[in-house]
Amino acid sequence: MLRVGVDLVQVSRIAASIATFGERFVQRVFTPAEAAYATTPERLAARFAAKEAVKKALELDGVAWRDIEVARRASGACDVVLHGAARAAADAMGARLALSMSHEGDYATAMVVASCERS
Amino acid sequence: MSENATKIRNILKEHGRLTKDASALGERDDLYQAGMTSHASVNVMLALEGEFDVEFPDHMLKRSVFESIAAITSAIDELTQGR
Repeated sequence: MLRVGVDLVQVSRIAASIATFGERFVQRVFTPAEAAYATTPERLAARFAAKEAVKKALELDGVAWRDIEVARRASGACDVVLHGAARAAADAMGARLALSMSHEGDYATAMVVASCERS
Repeated sequence: MSENATKIRNILKEHGRLTKDASALGERDDLYQAGMTSHASVNVMLALEGEFDVEFPDHMLKRSVFESIAAITSAIDELTQGR
């Protein structure tokens, strides 16, 4: 069974969160590897959208944002790497995920398609 | 209204990006229906953690925990129990 999740995030709002909460926001939502690469609000917004898209695709609730990680390949393409409760939930569904992200101007978006062997 | 509920309403007013006045919301009104996005709920969570000196454990990062003033109030009560 295929599932899909999509999310849209306003870049300026991510920038406002960083201005308001600083490293607390970044460290709570993003893994060290994500934060090391995504040093601009646009990249962080796309990754936040990706985490929300995964939650929607897999109907996840009560999982940490850091348990849904966007990993960047040398080619620049990105994959979803799951940890903890998110990983357990996805494994229970036999889910394989595909991710696409984009950002333009003040908006970032991400779409996730999940191929699930079990619902 | 409890002191905590007042603090929570103020945080929602500042960070919740609600389309309605937080002080006019009912305790059980749906905050997502009132305009709070997933991203805004992160800001609300971080502001709550700062205000009440708590940290929401991962298992409490549920949509239901942030869906109403009453739900947030009981979560804060749970996290500050015994203080």
